[in-house]
Amino acid sequence: MAQAYSPGLSVTDNIVLAKQRILPLKGNVLVKKGDKVKAEDLVAETFLPGNVLPINLANKLGVTANLVIEYLKVQPGQIIKKGDILAENKGLFGLGLFKSRVVSPIDGEVESISQHTGQALLREPRIPVQIKAFIDGIVVDVIPEEGVVIENKSAYIQGIFGISGEVTGELKMLVNDPNDVLTESLIDSSCKDKCIVGGSMVTLKAIQKAIEVGVKGIICGGIDDQDIKALLGYDIGVAITGHEHLGVSILITEGFGKIKMANKTFDLLKRFEGKKTSMHGKTQIRAGVIRPEVIIPLEFNDADLVASESHMPMLEEGTIIRVIRQPNFGVIGKVTGLPEELHTVESETRVRILEAELENGKKTTIPRANVEVIET
Amino acid sequence: MSGEQLKRIIATDCGSTTTKAILIEYIEGEGYRQTIRGEAPTTVEAPLNDVTRGVVNAVQELQELARLKYKNENITFLHDGPSGEKEIKIPRDGDNGVDAYVSTSSAGGGLQMMVTGVVANMTGESAERAALGAGAIVMDVVASNDKRMNHEKIERIRELRPDMILMAGGVDGGTIKHVVEMAELVSAADPRPRLGTAYKLPIIFAGNQSATDAIKDTLADKVELIVTENIRPTLENENLGPARDKIHDLFMEHVMQQAPGYHKLMEWTRGPIDGKMTNIPIMPTPAAVGNIMKTIAQEEHIEVLGVDIGGATTDVFSVFTDEYIFNRTVSANLGMSYSISNVLASATLPNIIRWVPFDINESDLRNMIKNKMIRPTTIPALLEELILEQAIAKEALRLAFIQHKEFAVSLKGMQQTRDISQAFEQSTSGATIVNMMTLDLLVGSGGVLSHAPRRNQTVMMLIDAFLPEGITRLAVDSIFMMPHLGVLAEINPTAATEVFNKDCMIMLGTCVAPVGKIKPNLTALSAEITLPDGTVFKEDIPFGEVRLLPCELGKKAKAKLVPGKGLDIGAGKNETREVELDGGIVGIVLDTRGRNPFVLPSDNSRIPMLKKWMKEFKVYPEHILN
Repeated sequence: MAQAYSPGLSVTDNIVLAKQRILPLKGNVLVKKGDKVKAEDLVAETFLPGNVLPINLANKLGVTANLVIEYLKVQPGQIIKKGDILAENKGLFGLGLFKSRVVSPIDGEVESISQHTGQALLREPRIPVQIKAFIDGIVVDVIPEEGVVIENKSAYIQGIFGISGEVTGELKMLVNDPNDVLTESLIDSSCKDKCIVGGSMVTLKAIQKAIEVGVKGIICGGIDDQDIKALLGYDIGVAITGHEHLGVSILITEGFGKIKMANKTFDLLKRFEGKKTSMHGKTQIRAGVIRPEVIIPLEFNDADLVASESHMPMLEEGTIIRVIRQPNFGVIGKVTGLPEELHTVESETRVRILEAELENGKKTTIPRANVEVIET
Repeated sequence: MSGEQLKRIIATDCGSTTTKAILIEYIEGEGYRQTIRGEAPTTVEAPLNDVTRGVVNAVQELQELARLKYKNENITFLHDGPSGEKEIKIPRDGDNGVDAYVSTSSAGGGLQMMVTGVVANMTGESAERAALGAGAIVMDVVASNDKRMNHEKIERIRELRPDMILMAGGVDGGTIKHVVEMAELVSAADPRPRLGTAYKLPIIFAGNQSATDAIKDTLADKVELIVTENIRPTLENENLGPARDKIHDLFMEHVMQQAPGYHKLMEWTRGPIDGKMTNIPIMPTPAAVGNIMKTIAQEEHIEVLGVDIGGATTDVFSVFTDEYIFNRTVSANLGMSYSISNVLASATLPNIIRWVPFDINESDLRNMIKNKMIRPTTIPALLEELILEQAIAKEALRLAFIQHKEFAVSLKGMQQTRDISQAFEQSTSGATIVNMMTLDLLVGSGGVLSHAPRRNQTVMMLIDAFLPEGITRLAVDSIFMMPHLGVLAEINPTAATEVFNKDCMIMLGTCVAPVGKIKPNLTALSAEITLPDGTVFKEDIPFGEVRLLPCELGKKAKAKLVPGKGLDIGAGKNETREVELDGGIVGIVLDTRGRNPFVLPSDNSRIPMLKKWMKEFKVYPEHILN
């Protein structure tokens, strides 16, 4: 039977999932192998160096940079309090008249004092960075000083694009049909701290309302490009996201514009309504691709955690596909044939195609490059 | 090594979107030919996270097509390697395996850099030019006089997380205070690399050489400090070459290495050199294309401009002047898939829409562009979408060419002398050496140009984006083979040159374009052209028109070209030229739409005008242009 490799996104009700939780700098791991953790639990922490405040002592004292050393009252490495004298000159004629002194505006530490520039760098106290488990699960590996690997059994959905970082909340369906648009009128205070699910699109006003009532996450089929620009204040040039501080995380399952959420994805979310859900909008469409994810932890025994081997999503007869380019963008279908020879499509491009039966019963041919395997 | 020994070679180019494989064979009586081509999506995505899987898939396709072509089921290029996974079989044993495998790679995405200088529009600008020229996205230019407070600069440097930093500042022997102060700010920010936590951030110092010791004192403990020559040794001199080379070295070491499976691929690329099986380094795609481009210019004694438009980046290469000065720029944020949204952001929507011969809903176009960004491997199946992609391509090419012209200002050895009076207004100073009037050959490459369903589309994209002046030959890399041949030339120049001449370059034709602007309806070009079949084309072509004359590949047409009053076709204003024009698979284009300036109408006449030109160019089926 004809087969071909094709990229795909996972939508499954049962997967063994391993998540690395790594600190940005080396630090302390707070859990040990075998520990059961909740999404909210801290698993590792470290301290980022504090903010730095430069002060040009030479300018303030009115001396050349190489003379600053003579007037210093502190040394590099010294802990300082706000108001401490950093440097002081001897005043007029060395008699202490009209002395200039420079005091520290912050609590912290003297990082360095340069003889080349006469500049002192003061560093504020260190900033703690804490990494949470993000998913309920079991610690299966500890990477000393760096982080952990957590595994669980989950229902799992990979999105195509998202915004903002990791959140956890209860799953709440706000529409009954994957074609429905998620509008602001559907959002009320009962959505607070929830991960809400819409259908084909989420509107700008709905996102703003969601932020207002304290929704944690939004899962939807499509979003308008201009709405993202309005929310962020800038256009996304390259799809590297996840660092935004929007007040809500957004995960798009299908693409830009109004596109019906795949039935399979919608039904899966519906089945797990009310369940605790971890999700994030982090997307990177370049080397080392990152896709946004919805993770709904399931009950499991340790013995269940046997991951199936990673495999290539294959196109073959019977494979369920999503059309990812016009015509029929967003429509789900089933592969019915994979002819070998090249075909000419409307744009006169000669491509390899596949034959498919779409959800609506229509039979069609589609360039193989324009479908995505829906992985199970 | 003789041709008899090296009979079958596989070359791949692992692009950020697609892995393209070609089979080169030695055929008795013909020499080296490119015979079969296969491709597969590049597999740097989960769950595979291994670039070699895409290579195997592409080679698998080669194998299947080779079996069909030669009706020989025994042909195999792959075998099970020691780990049980499929890999390319080298050396060859009869029908099994190949004699050599070479590859280029541009997977790994773009290079993100931050640059610093002392004076923003002097050393800051020089550093930016060096970084841009080396293919980076410049995330920010931090300079002593950029009006931000020092603590703001520190915060900015900390939050950026670039792949590397280029620090410039100060002329040699000048004051070191400001450049050291900048180093202190960088040190205080303690910047971290974008990818990985295990290595130190590379910082290239290319500033006042007298400050080197102080810079080392300030930074050497915290970062991987590389010191190179000053990019601005004196106020009047710019020396970007050494810094740019260092950026390229670090790009290979740090960014390309992040492409998953890259280490494995490096072990696979092997071939016999002087009879000994040797590992052949993977070449970055643009470097390989540059190799081939330089060869064309030098062998034919011509000025060449080449472009390779990919999914993430657009590279422009040029060889100009009698001294064959080679310049290359990589516009890391202009491409047709991963970076397509950046093309929209940089070019703006009106500039894209101006090339579209029908009305379109702006919101639909924006969403289409974003959808291409998040699903970069899709292809336009509908004619309207093809036209839109080609409109976007024209803008990506135009912008990449602007960047190239701004960069290609150097004299030989990348030393550029500026007049002291120009030193304070760099943006407008530094005349480009790119001269479209003296350019002989414009070569297009990359998916959107090489795979356009009609070659006429390639011609129109090249002309609209680059606006060649006077008389210019146009060519396209037939199936995007230049990177493969560029790397193949490293081990077997004979094979590379033979395939290049026979199978790679397709001459599209010649463009004749008078320079200047006159009123519409006035004659812009009086052409009398004797075509190879003896027919004579004679017309006084008004300003604002296009004509396409068929002239077979390999044939020449005799032309007498008289420019309209005040116009120039290369011999000076109003001067007649009698020349031979090269034919090609598209033919000879007479373009009187004007140059310097070339202006598209912005009123209601735009769409009818575009349709008229497009009909003449025969770029799209008639029904969409009626």
